[in-house]
Amino acid sequence: MTTQSSPHEPLLNTADSRWQQFLDSHFWHSFKRDKVAIVSFSIFFLFILASLSAPLLAPMDPYDMTQFDLMDSELPPVWQEEGDSRFLFGTDAQGRDMWSTILYGTRLSLIIGVCAVMLQAFLGIVIGLSAGYFGGRVDSFLMRLADIQLSFSTLMVAIIFLAIFQAAFGAELYQDLAMVMLVLVIGIAEWPQYARTVRASVLAERKKEYVDAARVIGLGPIRIMFRHILPNTLSPVLVISTVQIANAIISEASLSFLGLGMPPSQPSLGSLIASGFEFIFSGAWWITIIPGIALILLVLVINLLGDWLRDVLNPKLYKG
Amino acid sequence: MSTLVEIRNLHKRFPIHGDLLDRIRLKGGRLELREENVHAINGVDLTVNKGEALCIVGESGCGKSTVARTVMGLIEPSEGSVHYQGQRIDNLSPREMMSYRRRMQMIFQNPYASLNPRMSITETLEEPIRFHQSDLGKAEMKDKVAEVMQAVGVDPSWGKRFPHEFSGGQRQRISIARALIVDPEFIVADEPISALDVSIQAQVLNLMMDAQEQRGLTYLFITHDLSVVEHFGARVAVMYLGRICEVAPTRTLFAQPRHPYSQALLSAIPRLEDERPRFIRLQGEVPTPVNLPSGCVFHGRCPHANDRCRNEIPALRQVDDVQISCHAVEENRIASG
Repeated sequence: MTTQSSPHEPLLNTADSRWQQFLDSHFWHSFKRDKVAIVSFSIFFLFILASLSAPLLAPMDPYDMTQFDLMDSELPPVWQEEGDSRFLFGTDAQGRDMWSTILYGTRLSLIIGVCAVMLQAFLGIVIGLSAGYFGGRVDSFLMRLADIQLSFSTLMVAIIFLAIFQAAFGAELYQDLAMVMLVLVIGIAEWPQYARTVRASVLAERKKEYVDAARVIGLGPIRIMFRHILPNTLSPVLVISTVQIANAIISEASLSFLGLGMPPSQPSLGSLIASGFEFIFSGAWWITIIPGIALILLVLVINLLGDWLRDVLNPKLYKG
Repeated sequence: MSTLVEIRNLHKRFPIHGDLLDRIRLKGGRLELREENVHAINGVDLTVNKGEALCIVGESGCGKSTVARTVMGLIEPSEGSVHYQGQRIDNLSPREMMSYRRRMQMIFQNPYASLNPRMSITETLEEPIRFHQSDLGKAEMKDKVAEVMQAVGVDPSWGKRFPHEFSGGQRQRISIARALIVDPEFIVADEPISALDVSIQAQVLNLMMDAQEQRGLTYLFITHDLSVVEHFGARVAVMYLGRICEVAPTRTLFAQPRHPYSQALLSAIPRLEDERPRFIRLQGEVPTPVNLPSGCVFHGRCPHANDRCRNEIPALRQVDDVQISCHAVEENRIASG
């Protein structure tokens, strides 16, 4: 047993030993072996880096109307004959630099995706934990709520909700609050995914003796749920989080494409794709296709990472 | 000797009927609500004296663990009561229960499930102190954890490690440390050594006996291993199908079991003798605890059963220093060998 091998060795500096532990872990080894995971992670990392440093990388600010010129509108990317060297991926109908707009749009899409998933996770974890831990009527009630929520499609709920909001409070207020509204709508519509996953793991964990031990000490239910049970249910939560981020980004893009998401003055990837749609048959394909490729690539790498993570965290799927 | 814990007429039924729709049955043209329960404990009376180790023995499913968990307040009894130093504790609110939580602790069966895998040993051991003795300073707490770890034979420098880095025996020691750290006076041990390797069992048992001697502990020790009882307990309670058959001092019980079930149970201990004249082979199987037999729960398998046994539930009666619930013993129908 490894425990006895090193009790007398001087303890390493904790940060170092944590890092060492990480390098020795199954997690890191399986990552190193999996080429798909490495490539997806690198691309995902590039996306994050690019969107975080968008203000530094972008040659112009797409939110500042004074910086672009209508005379530059619908210029093709540089590699085409009529391309302009100032605009790497060409310009859109208002003369905005596509490269800058995509950088900012990716940033918006990622922020909305991550925040919506955080909201989903918060709601889902609290509801799932209570349902699983308390059981009985509480469980039945909360899970029926989840069933009802799941019987509406996310898009339908979002469209109705956002359309009513726009009609009731006017498009101007909506433009200011678009991001918050999208996070709220996508976050609230998808919590049952988390609640069900968490509940299932809580049901398995709750029967274990360490939970009884905590009750014998006299700890209250809140403390037992969050301090003892929750940490042991986090790996499935981590896995669905990746899938849910990809889903949230797609939902946001779909809503924006339908004109219910981000306004054209602050385009996300979805609203960019939508804004180019009118011009695609007049030859200006780049306004739609290039952000489309960025969106597909982003969602694809997140899903691939999620698949890999599921394989690593589920010991039943160990391959050789 | 004063009584520490007293269990009076304890019943526990676990419902196995489903929800309302499952329970409705049509019977003779009328709707009926069907009720089905597993009768885990059916009227257990037991007293644990201060400073002793009371063992409960019995086969799987006889309700030993349910008794232990009811005493600890992990499950609520359906009927009956649990008293701690004369004070009824089974109906207290969590807040009122708090002062008893420090005085009674529990050791669990499976050392692989009884420690939280995401908490280091130090975290696991510090949690009860933080909770119950929040006035203790940081240094005092560390000293206390180190002292208890030393006492159970786990090197205090291993505190940063996680449960999966330890063997079963070491984990059970840590489990015992967690129970000891709040300085309890009463410990319920639910088959604490049955999941351990035989070579480790003795070590853990000795550890528990040392702790009893040094700290003046009282044990309620659940086991199905009779050799452990002989080694460990001052008194033994034999359980069958949720009822107490016999409570006797260990030596008395092993020398001369009186209840027919105790006799059969003890005769089943493997011995290094060629001839085993008194080996009693019971007929049939343990009846289901869903539909309990009428009268004495043991009558279907008892060689001494008569009509009275089939109809009347025997009460636990005191004979000398033994408590026994059997009509045949009362009427002297069993020829004592």
